[in-house]
Amino acid sequence: MGPPRVVVTLPAALVALFPGCAGRHVVAAETVAGAIAALDRAWPGLRDRVCDSSPAVRRHIRVFVGSAIAGLETPLTDGDEIVVLTAISGG
Amino acid sequence: MPSREERMTDRVMVLLGTRKGVFILDGDPGRSAWRLRGPFCNAWPINHAIGDPATGTIYAAGGNAWFGPAVWRSDDLGETWTHSSEGLAYPAGETPVTAAWSLAIRDGTLFAGVEPAGLFSSDDGGRSWAHVAGLRQHPSRPEWQPGAGGLILHHVVPHPGDEDQIWVAISAAGVFHTQDGGASWAPRNSGTRCDFNPPEKRYPEFGQCVHALAMAAGTPERLYQQNHCGMYRTDDGGRAWHSIETGLPSSFGFPAVAHPSDPETLYLLPLNGDVSGRYVPEGKAAVWRTRDGGTQWEALRAGLPQQNAFFGVLRQAMATDTLTPTGLYFGTNTGTVYASADEGDTWTCVAEHLPAISSVETILVSA
Repeated sequence: MGPPRVVVTLPAALVALFPGCAGRHVVAAETVAGAIAALDRAWPGLRDRVCDSSPAVRRHIRVFVGSAIAGLETPLTDGDEIVVLTAISGG
Repeated sequence: MPSREERMTDRVMVLLGTRKGVFILDGDPGRSAWRLRGPFCNAWPINHAIGDPATGTIYAAGGNAWFGPAVWRSDDLGETWTHSSEGLAYPAGETPVTAAWSLAIRDGTLFAGVEPAGLFSSDDGGRSWAHVAGLRQHPSRPEWQPGAGGLILHHVVPHPGDEDQIWVAISAAGVFHTQDGGASWAPRNSGTRCDFNPPEKRYPEFGQCVHALAMAAGTPERLYQQNHCGMYRTDDGGRAWHSIETGLPSSFGFPAVAHPSDPETLYLLPLNGDVSGRYVPEGKAAVWRTRDGGTQWEALRAGLPQQNAFFGVLRQAMATDTLTPTGLYFGTNTGTVYASADEGDTWTCVAEHLPAISSVETILVSA
């Protein structure tokens, strides 16, 4: 049995930075960091847009697993829905 | 009769970094007609956009509140763009880089100054970056204080003939210089004031609020500096700075732009003062020019608004081109661009209603 399979939804402003990138992805990962790493392998540079070098999720980005705010180390289980959102700040 | 350079030039591109992306003004070789393109870079805040005269590649440094720092790149004169921040980061545990602030290029090596202050270099056209770690290892670094714009490294001035030498300007840590390719750095602030310090600390070794740093044409040891507290010139690479502010309407301003071929000519845009609103004095816009290294100054006002002008011009928002006669350009923090095709003698508004303009640079496109 491999790592959990999860669905990741990305915000439009992030997708727009990677032409051809879809807004919804299925990846296999044990943690949020692993899911973002999987996306970064497909879309090089995507991790840097979501995470800083602390390392942490960027200050004006929120990652939810289900309905709970998550961090990079949040563990995943099969079927989790990860939603990446941009904060209302930033205009 | 067009000059030889005009015949060789297909267009002049004025690159505008703004709070909402890069804009480009395309001008004819005579610089009489302009067309605006943009915004590019997904309307990210862009602090500095430059063109590489050797390749025509355009680079844009910025930082987005959501997505962090990146340097954008266009290989087709601004039509399409990519971005990267690979390696543009401090080690884990340190305060992360928030934005790229300034760019410079020398012999194919691209440099980026960032916030919080540090220097990076790229040998692959901005696709990946390496930290020039020696600067942040300087013993003064824990005492560096941010200016109003943050702790930013906003000017990178490489020596054109010696790859080991670079000057950088940091607000508000001052000017630093390396002569060993970035391994070690020394403050170069002697003679520049800190009016905001107690009297006994007016001339510290570092901590000055430098606003702009410009190298005189063909004389790398001559640098000009617009500071929060005065205007200065050095003729020995920054070991000693001398005030050249007598004759100016104010000791406060942001940009300082050296003439591309005359080391005695410099352009400034003084503002009314750091606690007086930071707009052009008396609401009347003027670029100030010296043709003798800062001994005498003249105001250039023809074509610029002379009443009810309450804009400022930011530190990287004025530039020359390399045509003859030299063209000069500045962009305001209220989104207006003025251009001169005659060394600043007369001016024309060539764009307005843009976002606040952070930087202005030019590149010539060959016919």
